[in-house]
Amino acid sequence: MPTRDSHGGADPAAIEGERGYLLRYARLQLRNPAQAEDAVQETLLAAIEGAARFSGKSALRTWLTGILKHKIIDQLRRAAREQALAGDDDDGAEADAVDALFARDGHWREFPAAWGNPDAALENSRFWSAFEQCTRRLPARTARVFMMREVMEMSTDEICKALDITATNCWVMLHRARLTLRECLELQWFGKTQP
Amino acid sequence: MIPTCKEVSELLSQGQDRPLSPVEKIRLQLHLLLCRGCRSFSRQLGFLRAAVRRYRDEG
Repeated sequence: MPTRDSHGGADPAAIEGERGYLLRYARLQLRNPAQAEDAVQETLLAAIEGAARFSGKSALRTWLTGILKHKIIDQLRRAAREQALAGDDDDGAEADAVDALFARDGHWREFPAAWGNPDAALENSRFWSAFEQCTRRLPARTARVFMMREVMEMSTDEICKALDITATNCWVMLHRARLTLRECLELQWFGKTQP
Repeated sequence: MIPTCKEVSELLSQGQDRPLSPVEKIRLQLHLLLCRGCRSFSRQLGFLRAAVRRYRDEG
């Protein structure tokens, strides 16, 4: 499907064709399906209105993702402000859960197992449901920072600015997210024998 | 001088987010040489990153 016509700009049908991708992207980051839907809807509208500004220099998907990112960051800023007012979600419990992975002397209580050839899991649809469950179990604040880093590929600096947190705070949350996700995948998938 | 597994897991995680200093890199390498668990963890961080992107791009 051509993504630009002879006058330049993006073709509305091609823009609409990216809806599925954008929705998955937004859902990973926002969790709340209605919010994700809103962000995507706003993105598609903005793209169709601004279709003439699409230069065709980048891929259509890249251009749309750029617009979506801005919409998502707006929502995240709002959510971060509301949460700051409402107070931390259970930060202490999360810190305890991470501490519990290590003995007092700083060694792993249980060593991370070797996962063999984990790339094989990427081809297995049941792995992806385990993966999805594990990402959903991350506490909201931690998941938000992790997805900003890994899904939106924002730098720590950008994340700190958007959420008004310190770099140290950001690294602590990313560390927790990775430890928790790793632990969950080992329990749910790699530690089990796959039939 | 050689960091604990907990510190190493922090450094490895931060290594995905910022450039580590030469000293941090040396401390990491010293520990990784001796610790199979942290070597697994290190590889798994790379896997996590790749898995999230794959999930994002291919559903």
